Amino acid sequence: MKKNLKTETIVIFGATSEVAQRVARIHAKAGDSMILIARNQTHLDSIKADLLLRGASNIDSLYSDFDNMKEHQNLLKQIEQKSEDIAKYYFFYGMLPDQKACENSWEMTYDALTTNFLSVVSLLTHIANKVEKETDRGIIVISSVAGDRGRQSNYIYGTGKGALTLFLQGLRNRLHPSNCTVTTIKPGFIDTPMTKDFDKGILWASADKVADDIYKAAAKGKNEVYTPRFWAVIMLVIKSIPEAIFKRLNL
Amino acid sequence: MTSYTSWAYVPTSTQKAIKPAWMDFDLGATTGSLLPYGNGRSYGDSCLNSSGLVIDSKSLNRFISFDTEQGILRCEAGTMFADILQFIVPTGWFLPVTPGTKYVTLGGAIANDVHGKNHHHDGTIGRHIRCFELLRSDGKSLICSPKENTDFFAATIGGLGLTGFISWAEIQLIKIPSPFMSVETTVFHGLEEFQTLSEQANTNHRYSVAWLDCASSGKDFARGLFMVGDHANSDKEEKERVLEPKISVPFNLPKQMINKYSVKAFNTLYFNKNRLNEGKIIYQHYDSFFYPLDGIGNWNRIYGSQGFYQYQFVVPSSQLSVMEQALNKIVASGLGSFLAVLKEFGDLPSPGMLSFPSPGLCLALDFANRGETTLALLQQLDQLVINAGGKVYPAKDVRMPQAAFQSYYPNYEEFEAYIDPRFISDFWRRVSEKKS
Repeated sequence: MKKNLKTETIVIFGATSEVAQRVARIHAKAGDSMILIARNQTHLDSIKADLLLRGASNIDSLYSDFDNMKEHQNLLKQIEQKSEDIAKYYFFYGMLPDQKACENSWEMTYDALTTNFLSVVSLLTHIANKVEKETDRGIIVISSVAGDRGRQSNYIYGTGKGALTLFLQGLRNRLHPSNCTVTTIKPGFIDTPMTKDFDKGILWASADKVADDIYKAAAKGKNEVYTPRFWAVIMLVIKSIPEAIFKRLNL
Repeated sequence: MTSYTSWAYVPTSTQKAIKPAWMDFDLGATTGSLLPYGNGRSYGDSCLNSSGLVIDSKSLNRFISFDTEQGILRCEAGTMFADILQFIVPTGWFLPVTPGTKYVTLGGAIANDVHGKNHHHDGTIGRHIRCFELLRSDGKSLICSPKENTDFFAATIGGLGLTGFISWAEIQLIKIPSPFMSVETTVFHGLEEFQTLSEQANTNHRYSVAWLDCASSGKDFARGLFMVGDHANSDKEEKERVLEPKISVPFNLPKQMINKYSVKAFNTLYFNKNRLNEGKIIYQHYDSFFYPLDGIGNWNRIYGSQGFYQYQFVVPSSQLSVMEQALNKIVASGLGSFLAVLKEFGDLPSPGMLSFPSPGLCLALDFANRGETTLALLQQLDQLVINAGGKVYPAKDVRMPQAAFQSYYPNYEEFEAYIDPRFISDFWRRVSEKKS
């Protein structure tokens, strides 16, 4: 039986990320239209060809350096020109900074916070004001389990993602009356090409599995989603450790 | 850090890897020795480079173009056959050649010049590759085809990944009327009966293969099931069914599981179950016809953590007695395997310089790793194959001695000229080691 689902138009910020590509493939199979945004035009072109072959009804691609926040309004205008009826906004971009290097450089810390947090807030400030006047829109943002609790080994990354999670909570609350959903995705470790050591392997998930979870969470308009789901349990344990003990741990 | 292994878990070594996300990655930015890595389904050490890096191609899996009129597909070399099939079968096209698993990449298929049940009809996959791009460590990229850079085209097909990194390839597909296969099974007793069946069938059927009982002696010696298949016209079921691994082997089984008795019991059971279908034409989905083992995820784990050896060889059709001697040795050793596959290759030549398939009888089987005992048996088999003017398949090998390799592939020196100076595998180190 063929399901008669309506196709939709989605926007992907950071479309060249591996997981973004996998999510886009699921949308392509459903015949959706996409506006893809990233920094590398060559890579966008190869994704565009792939997605059209996989069934996407239309693909537009736009170049943008997300760190350049002055350009955001202009970028959103370009998106609006491509389509007036955008059902979902996905945010996949981010960067994993070198923690040790950040400790010795405010500039690097600032750059990491800009990419992982400030630039997303900038884009969402504009987008929120738009979707608030519409209805049934979805905003899906990749945060991280690293944002659930600060640890010495990656707290600059964790800070950006944690702040993002908090921002999205507020935004979710605000957009609820407009029937717009805000979905925070918290992935654990992604991608494992066949690992021999099974015990070690269970914490890892393939990009396809994570993409599948994200697509489903977006379709249902979920609030906060761990992927794979067992990370919810792991993070529950980690969050429940008293700070007096946690600060002594070497994590 | 992920770990990279071969499918048979022999050998075990720590393998470092890089995983480029795009075809325009900078090969020159790497240091040390390199080897392309597809999905790691080669059984031995031809897919490993333990003292250097492997280039994991799995993220290079985008489709580039598809001509639905002509059936010409171009995609990145890390694209898996499983993905290609999902994509092309609904449009009425199929892979021209496929090995017994769909979990191989296009690049890996080219590097091993894979063959399938239709070798007598369509030859190896190399015959159906229209062109590909080869990245070399000096920064050059070569477009190779039967018309352009023909020498690199020939060296790279079956070239075990040593000539450079294949970034994309274009393949000519075959038209199919439905996703289903019509299949017929015949019981045979003895290799002569097999050969007679095979010669008859190969003129009438696109696919043929036999399962051979490698455990029974006496009156049951060399009994087996001969299977022929063709793409079926009747679209019996409209709904497409995709078989994903349903049963999976979650961990390596203890080695006691595989022994003379369990193997013999399995062989007898398998034989008797399938002979029930004798003479009937049954319809099968392509998935269960081509990829029965893919239905059991991680089947390689049944051999336990010490892994197994796979041995696949071909001898000229005239050397039936050699095949019989080999089989005798295997049966007598009691080391025989669950899965012995017998196939008569046709005489369609491959463009590949170092390609394995050549006209004759081909047997593939696996042996649980019993250390010295297993190795001694394989050495005896080597001798038989060398004397018969046959070859052993590098994709399944982890122990082929240098002298044996040079006997199987006498043109290896011609091939060496095309090896990328920075590319090497553990297999190649072993067979090309200079002795002074």
